[in-house]
Amino acid sequence: MEKNELIAWENKCIQEESPECTSACPLHVDARLFLKEIRKGDWDAAYKVLNKTMPFPGILGRICDHPCEERCKRGPVGGPLAIGSLERLCVEKFAGKKRVQLLPRKNHRIAVLGAGLAGVTAAWDLLKKGFVVSVFESGERLGGPLWDLPERILPREILAEELLVLESMMADIHLGVRLDKAFFEQVCEEYAAVILDRDSFHGCALPLELDGDGLIAVTPSTGATGRDGVFAGGGTRFRGGFSPVMETLEGRKPALSIERLMQKVGLEFGRENEGPCSSRLFTSLEGIDPLPRVVPADSVKGYSEEEAHMEAKRCIQCECRECVKKCLFLERYKAYPKKYAREIFNNERILLGAAHQYNVFTNSCSTCGLCETICPNDFSMADMCLEARRTLLKQKIMPASFHEFALDDMAFSNSDLFSLCRREPGKSESAWLYFPSCQLCGSAPGEVLSSYHYLREKLTGGVGILLHCCGAPAFWAGREDLFSQALNEIRGCWEKMGKPRIITACTTCLNMFQEHLPETEPVSLWSTILDAGLPVSVRVSGAGEVTVSVVDPCASRQKQEEQQGIRRILESLGMGIEELPLSGEKPECCGYGGLMYNANPTLARDVVARRTTASDNDYLAYCAMCRDNFAFVGKRISHIIEHLFPVVAGADPAARGWISWSERRDGRVRVKESVLAELGEGKEPQLEHYEKLALVMSPEVRKRVDERRILEEDIRKVILHAESSGMRMQCSESGNFLAYLQPANVTFWVEYQLEGDGFTVLNAYCHRMKIVGIKK
Amino acid sequence: MNFSQEAEAWTCASCGGKLQLTKVFFSYEKGNFEVDLPACPACDLVLVPESLALGRMAEAERILEDK
Repeated sequence: MEKNELIAWENKCIQEESPECTSACPLHVDARLFLKEIRKGDWDAAYKVLNKTMPFPGILGRICDHPCEERCKRGPVGGPLAIGSLERLCVEKFAGKKRVQLLPRKNHRIAVLGAGLAGVTAAWDLLKKGFVVSVFESGERLGGPLWDLPERILPREILAEELLVLESMMADIHLGVRLDKAFFEQVCEEYAAVILDRDSFHGCALPLELDGDGLIAVTPSTGATGRDGVFAGGGTRFRGGFSPVMETLEGRKPALSIERLMQKVGLEFGRENEGPCSSRLFTSLEGIDPLPRVVPADSVKGYSEEEAHMEAKRCIQCECRECVKKCLFLERYKAYPKKYAREIFNNERILLGAAHQYNVFTNSCSTCGLCETICPNDFSMADMCLEARRTLLKQKIMPASFHEFALDDMAFSNSDLFSLCRREPGKSESAWLYFPSCQLCGSAPGEVLSSYHYLREKLTGGVGILLHCCGAPAFWAGREDLFSQALNEIRGCWEKMGKPRIITACTTCLNMFQEHLPETEPVSLWSTILDAGLPVSVRVSGAGEVTVSVVDPCASRQKQEEQQGIRRILESLGMGIEELPLSGEKPECCGYGGLMYNANPTLARDVVARRTTASDNDYLAYCAMCRDNFAFVGKRISHIIEHLFPVVAGADPAARGWISWSERRDGRVRVKESVLAELGEGKEPQLEHYEKLALVMSPEVRKRVDERRILEEDIRKVILHAESSGMRMQCSESGNFLAYLQPANVTFWVEYQLEGDGFTVLNAYCHRMKIVGIKK
Repeated sequence: MNFSQEAEAWTCASCGGKLQLTKVFFSYEKGNFEVDLPACPACDLVLVPESLALGRMAEAERILEDK
């Protein structure tokens, strides 16, 4: 990931955008945090939030015209938060010390002429930043029109006390000064820069241009007048009405311009979002109770502390996190895509694979695409993680363990043990090429073979068969070499068969072909069945007899027609359908996608377990891995192929239960052998020595071993090695043997007993840490 | 972790000798480790108990994969 790519990713995620209240506020007061602190009952912290951004919080907290409330997202669900009233209570009762932290003093001397709200704000801001500030006011006190506000809104005592703070900030204050042209020229000579409070100079006779409202004309974004070093702000009452908070901004803007001028930085750069601005933050109002605004019992005094607390509790603490709410992977790492982008960048570029957790994080995304669908801004974790995986591989910092088991399984599918391409028996042409998919052959070999017979009956022109893996595991692992090798092999077979149209029974394969081999014009088995008619073998249920919830595979996200087709088939089979909350364009992954199950098995298991809670109905899948993964955690689930091409008439496919990785391999071998037998090419399988060992395993051991990604083949190799070399240990109490073998990256351990001609496997475990040797 | 119980429970079926707690060297992802484990130095046979393989060893593997 390059720096500019990181910026583009970060910009896509809107979680850190300011909420509406902050964006609406001319000063960008963090009202969300302010309300959060009140909710917690921490009024000191709430006051600090105001004090951080507001000048004279004791004044502004009482008189602010709170434009934030107009844009509060609570508006349509109970009415906007009473932010203004809460600010008032906060400054009335919980105002902290009046001392303001000043930055180190600078040498620049700045003059502020006129001390209305804009003028004193400019002085406040400049003093805080360490400038030497002189304030010149024609009246006998600072504050100008603030003194005209009603006592009940802004008590005089408070106003005087607040304005005194300027003196404690070491302002050089001059009252009763005649602010005429001569004086103006004099300060322009003596000071590095000058700010004029336009409220004090309405229609004035200074040598400066006036605008249509009789105010000194300025560049709106900077407050610069036509004269170098002279800035102006304020006077909102002459322009549609006095707004305290806008008047404050009017003083803040020229103060910031002067700071930039003194630092010799461009005045205009990056100031687009100063003052009220728009926000891209999305906040869902789904499920938010429409609580009405708390009305104070005493309308004159305003909120009591308790009432304020109740009111602040109505704040929904605006944030997006739409993707995080739906995705367990995103939730588990406790942040959101913008932060994840930064972590991935840091891991790649700065820590070179050493950012704690972020190698496994990058490889835990199922790449299902749900986040992109949900995100108001289409952030795709899949694209980001897949690219990051390719980078980790290029940098040679990708741990083998994250993908090895899956890539071995793919290599098995593309080896002679499964891979096969043949024409229909007795045909010399192929108008069609059936690609049932490796995992469906593994999960439902008998049904796959029946479906092949069905296609040959229904379609003309010859239906060849291609047994292979589409390469998806390599794609997910970022292994472009293995992926293009798989595609090239498939393309080669397809060309050899005369470029027939591919029919596949797997949505992932369909996607891979549509995307990477579009010339094969792939179609799904299910749409072919819809066109050609249901097989005769199906049993149609009576009305109301069976209701299922369809688990659309994540690969079907962009395939609404396929999804509808599945539902039409189920309806033809007499099944009732109750939709899951996340279906259609929002299906989740079963944990197989993106090889999540390989890099992060615990997360993958939790993902599928959570999904079982969405409905008590039997689930119906049309992805082999969805079926197998749900079945593994005990959910009743069947694959549509089991209903269309039942192997055992009258069986309950949803009760079939889980199958092991070894069985998935056996299933694939069986499909190949059956196809070859039908073609008259069948031959006695040449078993390796280890394959002849007879194993006995209890169901518990089988499941435990499978969960540890240990194949029966691995177990056989360990036992064969132990028995032929004698390298084994024996338990003096039970007589059990324990042996190990490290054929490649994994060391497998097996505890077993001799059982007649075979072996009873009592346990197996493995580790990747290599045994180097023993100290002699 | 002390694996003397395992050393007691198992014998080397290759030579019939007892297992002794011995320093065993391991490596993974640029990391090297030594652990005292039951082993038969004569036959070069080591015993990595399940609790170690699935516990601290798995934990160390995860840390090394993610540094």
